[in-house]
Order: sequence, then C-alpha cells, then structure tokens
Amino acid sequence: MIDYDSPDFWSNLAEVLLKGTGETLYMVGVATVLTIVIGLPLGILLVGTEKGAFLERALGPVWVARTVNRVLGFVVNVGRSVPFIILMIALIPFTRWLIGTFVGTTASIVPLTIIAIPFFARMVEIAVNDVAPGLYETADALGATRWQLVRRVLLSESMPAILLGVSTTITSIINFSAMVGVVGGGGLGNVAITYGFQRYSWIHIVFVVIILFAIVQLVQLVLSRIAVRVSHRGGADGRRARTGTSRTRTSRTALTPSEGAAP
Amino acid sequence: MITVQHLQKSYGHGPSAVRALDDVSIEVPEGEVFGVVGRSGAGKSTLLRTVNLLERPDSGSVSVAGTELTSLNGSALRAARRQVGMVFQHFNLLANRSVQQNVEFALEAARVPRGQRAGRASEMLDLVGLADRGRAYPAQLSGGQKQRVGIARALAARPKVLLSDEATSALDPETTESILDLIARLNRELHLTVLLITHEMDVVKRICASAALMEHGRIVEQGRLVELLRTPGSALAGQLFPLAAPGPGDGPTVIDITFAGGTADRPVIAQLAREHRLDVSILGAVVERIGGTQAGRTRLSLPVQGEAAAAVVADLRRQGLIVDWLRGGEAA
Repeated sequence: MIDYDSPDFWSNLAEVLLKGTGETLYMVGVATVLTIVIGLPLGILLVGTEKGAFLERALGPVWVARTVNRVLGFVVNVGRSVPFIILMIALIPFTRWLIGTFVGTTASIVPLTIIAIPFFARMVEIAVNDVAPGLYETADALGATRWQLVRRVLLSESMPAILLGVSTTITSIINFSAMVGVVGGGGLGNVAITYGFQRYSWIHIVFVVIILFAIVQLVQLVLSRIAVRVSHRGGADGRRARTGTSRTRTSRTALTPSEGAAP
Repeated sequence: MITVQHLQKSYGHGPSAVRALDDVSIEVPEGEVFGVVGRSGAGKSTLLRTVNLLERPDSGSVSVAGTELTSLNGSALRAARRQVGMVFQHFNLLANRSVQQNVEFALEAARVPRGQRAGRASEMLDLVGLADRGRAYPAQLSGGQKQRVGIARALAARPKVLLSDEATSALDPETTESILDLIARLNRELHLTVLLITHEMDVVKRICASAALMEHGRIVEQGRLVELLRTPGSALAGQLFPLAAPGPGDGPTVIDITFAGGTADRPVIAQLAREHRLDVSILGAVVERIGGTQAGRTRLSLPVQGEAAAAVVADLRRQGLIVDWLRGGEAA
C-alpha cells in the first residue's frame, strides 16, 4: 500500500508522473513522426494505384500498380484488424532484431508505429479521395508531373483533412501507448499499472487520467486550429475542419469522363 | 491551328458500348474562335478533351500548331499540353491556395524558373482584371472572378490555344457576357485560337466566327457562321435564331427569310407590300450581330398560296435572300 501521509508522498508522486509523462510524450512523439513519414506516402500510394487512378501508369506497366495496390491494401487491412496487444507480442522478434531488446520505452516505439501506420494511411487515403476529381484533370491539362500533382494539388487540397487524421492518429497512439506498460514500456500506462493497479493508489490513477485527457485535448485543439488555418474552402468544408470531423469517403465514379464511362 | 481528323472514341465494349465520337473532323484556323454546340451527351466534351489528350481517341489524329499529339507520351505530351490552355465549367481552382498561387502552379508545371513566376502571375492577373485579388482565396471570389483566375492560369504558360469547357455555363447572364468579352479580347490581343464547347447558342452568337453542331458523336454541320446562315435549311442557323412555330391562324403560307451580311438592311417587307401588293404579317423576327456582321431571321405569313406564293419566294431568292418554306410551297 502507498503511505499517503508520508512526507515524501507528493514529491514522489510528482516525480513518478513527470517521468511517466516524459516517457509517454517521447514514445508518442517519435511514433507519430515515424507514422507520418511512412504512412503519408503509403496512403497516397494506396489511392494512386487504384484502378484508373493517377499512379496507375507511373510505376511502369499497369499490373505493377495493381499488385502494389493489392499488397498494400492487404497489409493495411491485416494491420488494422489485429488487436494491439497481440500485435505487440507478435512483433517481439522483429523489435528485438531492430532495437536489440523488446522491453523498455524505445522498444515500444516499434509496435506503436506499426499499429499506427495502417490506421493513418487509411485516413490519408480517405482525405485524398475527397479531392475534387476535376483537379486531376486540371493538373494534367497544365502538363504537371505526377510529383507536382501530389505535392501541389493533392497534399494542398487534402491538408486540412490529413491534419485532422494526424490528430486522430495521435490520440490512438496515446491510447495504445498505455498498453505498452504491460511489457515494461514505461509511460503513464506503466504508472497506472504499477501504482494504481498493483498498489491500489487511486490518486495516481486520477492524475494519469487528468494528464492523458489534457494531452489529448491539447493535441486536438492545436491540430484542428492549424487545419482551419490551412483550409480556405469556406462554407461547409471550412466548418467541418473547425468542428474537427473528417469527411466520409465519397463516390469516385466521376473521376474523369473516361473512367466514369468505363464499365 | 487545331486539326482533328477522323476521331473515333467509344466507351465500353460489345452491345453496351457508347460511341462518343464517330468520325469527327474539325479544323480551327489560327486566331479564330470556334464553337462546338450540341445537347449534353452529344460528344462535345469528349471532343474537347481529345484536343489536349485528356481523352485518348481510339483512332484518328489530333494536331495542334503542327504537332501531332496522338503519338506523344510522357514528358513530350506534357510539354505539348502546355501549348494548350484549358478552362473549366466549375473553374477547378485549388481551394487552399491563393489566387496568385493558383496561377503560379501553372507556371511551375510549365517549368518557369521560380524567380519569374510571381511577376508573370501578377501580369496574368492584371490581364484578366484581377490585379488586386492575388492574395484572395477562391472561396472569397464570385463565380466570374473565379473563371477569370481560371483563364489567367490557363494562359500563364503562353499557350497558343485555349480550350473552353462550358466556361460560362455556371455563370449568370451578365457575368457570362463579361467573361465572353474577356475571351474575345484575349483572342484579338494575344491572337489566341479558341475552341469552345457550349450548349448556349448565345455564346456562339457572341464570340464565334465558326461553329460545329454535334449530335450523337457526329458533326452534323460546321462552317463559318456567316456562311451557315446563308445555307438554306441549316440546323445551326435555325438554332441560332429560334422562332416560335407558326400557329393554325397564321395563314396558308409561312416562310422564313434569313438575312446575313449585305442583305440585312434591305427593306424587304416594304418591297413586298409595294411590288407584290401583299399584306404580309410578321410572325417573329430576330436581328443580331453574328461573326461581325448583321444577321437575322424574319418569319412571315403571306396571304397567298400555290403559284402566287412560289413567285414571291422566287423573287426574294433572286435578290440573294435565303428563304425557307415552313408552310405551303416546298414545305408541303
């Protein structure tokens, strides 16, 4: 049991929470950066290699794009359907090979990133799918390269939705990061397990909850503010960015006339 | 400037296949404004998109300024496309980029060095009358202003040809007029060749020197407007000057007289009354400037029939007027 009347109690609590928060921010921060770096291109590749989409012929013969799309789609779906705690255990050999160990804060970044990438890639896919079909045609008419299309048109137009996706992704990385406490991953999850669960300290739990709540709120607030700033659509779209809801996938039947008419 | 020959394009296979283009050939001379009209689904849009190869035809050839486009691919095709600007019905502007950045995007695509883009973009915005709106975002502009940005963007890389895909169809009549005036001015000042598609006859009347009428993927009529007007039974001329169908009380003989060019100012009706002693009634009339000349159509009811009516018509035709029978005579 914890001795609440001990003179060191509050300073110990503060120290434990500070260390836990630091570890959580470290894990979540690094995992988020890696997720964006890998998940963003992956998401664009997922949209672009669809039938009749803008990267269909950019990778050589059409079957290359078709294969890339199938493989990526499969991997993303597998990644999204495996529960995190199982994925974490399944990844132990890989994490050990990569980091040298599977326990500890740094090692935890590996499963956190791997669970988050498919999640984020899907959000990028949804965001990019929402770009008005006419803009692909416009970029082609201007003689733009695929890279210019992606960089100047797709990313620019879908940036508000992608930022909201980043916000949702960070929230779920924070969520998963609490679970790595089980394998000694540290962080606030570890604090909750060792002090709250094993030593019945309700006060630790209360503080962990407050801190996590504050982090999630702050992340959402900051990112939706930025999303509003980069969105200049006005009207309904701007409001959507402001309220922080991302848009659902819309039909792509009218991507270009040729694709629309193809059976 | 634009030569399109024997284009074929179908969508789908087998019995469900749709023929979008069926042996389509058009020729747009340098510096001319050419309009393609037709109902929706007639193939206009497909035709326009084959000119910069947004649509690849199944067969046939497209050449712009002497470059055969259908044989091109990859970077050569991108380079050729920069010779052809395009404006769209729904403007297709980048919503999260400013007006200036929208125009600069075209310059980036055209590989204009970074340092020259800002200046060139401002110059283009000035040309379309939006010099002070560079920092605005598309959502802050009116429809007409958005289309001006679309035009500035399309012309930023100094193309020789402008393709217009129903550029005014989403605009109100006044704005339409100002955009058409702008296109006409750019046509004169930059010696720009314009190929436009529209379903609005007013657009053709206002700025086109030549036009083609499409139906079911085929070109059914094409030529210079002035000549089309002089062609008896021309479907395009009929659509340019729609007159209400004659009613049952309009007498046994109804004729349409089409004036084009030199015949427009002749006092035909007074002459009929004087020389043939006929009390003609005017059932409808339109007079407008088309392709730079005065042109019009008058629908008349004649109180005579049979040979007497035929004699009147023959007399009018001798004077160089185009006469179509609507009731009686050749119409019977």
